[in-house]
Amino acid sequence: MAVRLHPEPFDPWAVIQERERGLPLHRLGAASVFVGRMRDFNEERDVRGMFLEHYPGMTERELERIVAEAEAKWPLEACEVAHRVGPIEPADTLVLVAVWSAHRVAARDACSEILERLKHEAPFWKRERLPDGSERWVEQNTPGR
Amino acid sequence: MTITVHYFARLREDVGRASDEVPSDGITTVAELWQHLHRAPPPPRLMAAVNQAHARLDSAVADGDEVAFFPPVTGG
Repeated sequence: MAVRLHPEPFDPWAVIQERERGLPLHRLGAASVFVGRMRDFNEERDVRGMFLEHYPGMTERELERIVAEAEAKWPLEACEVAHRVGPIEPADTLVLVAVWSAHRVAARDACSEILERLKHEAPFWKRERLPDGSERWVEQNTPGR
Repeated sequence: MTITVHYFARLREDVGRASDEVPSDGITTVAELWQHLHRAPPPPRLMAAVNQAHARLDSAVADGDEVAFFPPVTGG
């Protein structure tokens, strides 16, 4: 398991490539990857940027707990979770969840559950910057559909 | 002995500070801690953590604990 918070932009594909160098890929039939980026719109308004606040210490612990519970539930070889914090611009990668397993269902289901739990349980809060320069706190997660 | 309290996001702005240190005398739950600090019942949708793990308003608090109050999470 690896969980990392990034105060600077990161390349999710480089993280995946780096991690795969240490994995027994000959045994791993499935890698499931989710990359989430910041949109330049939310709740029917343009958004210029945002600040993603977190709770240093607890955020890492919560992410580690979520991944550990997924590892206990499915036969996984490896999990990688990377998340931005701080000031973020549209198109920046916000979150990477990558899961490797021998089989596709375990990889896909674990990746999906880690992502959904991360969005609802890990302490992150978004403060968006609007075109007129004002800022607003996001009150709740979007449904994702 | 004291309890350390942290506030996050909109709640930190509403409270007007990022943290508090309070004597733990007589405080046994998260809800009592909020009431003691703010002379009001906990607001709707208030979330809390004790020692960096999610907690409920009736969760226990004790000397030396780190308690956090925050609004619903919205990240990821």
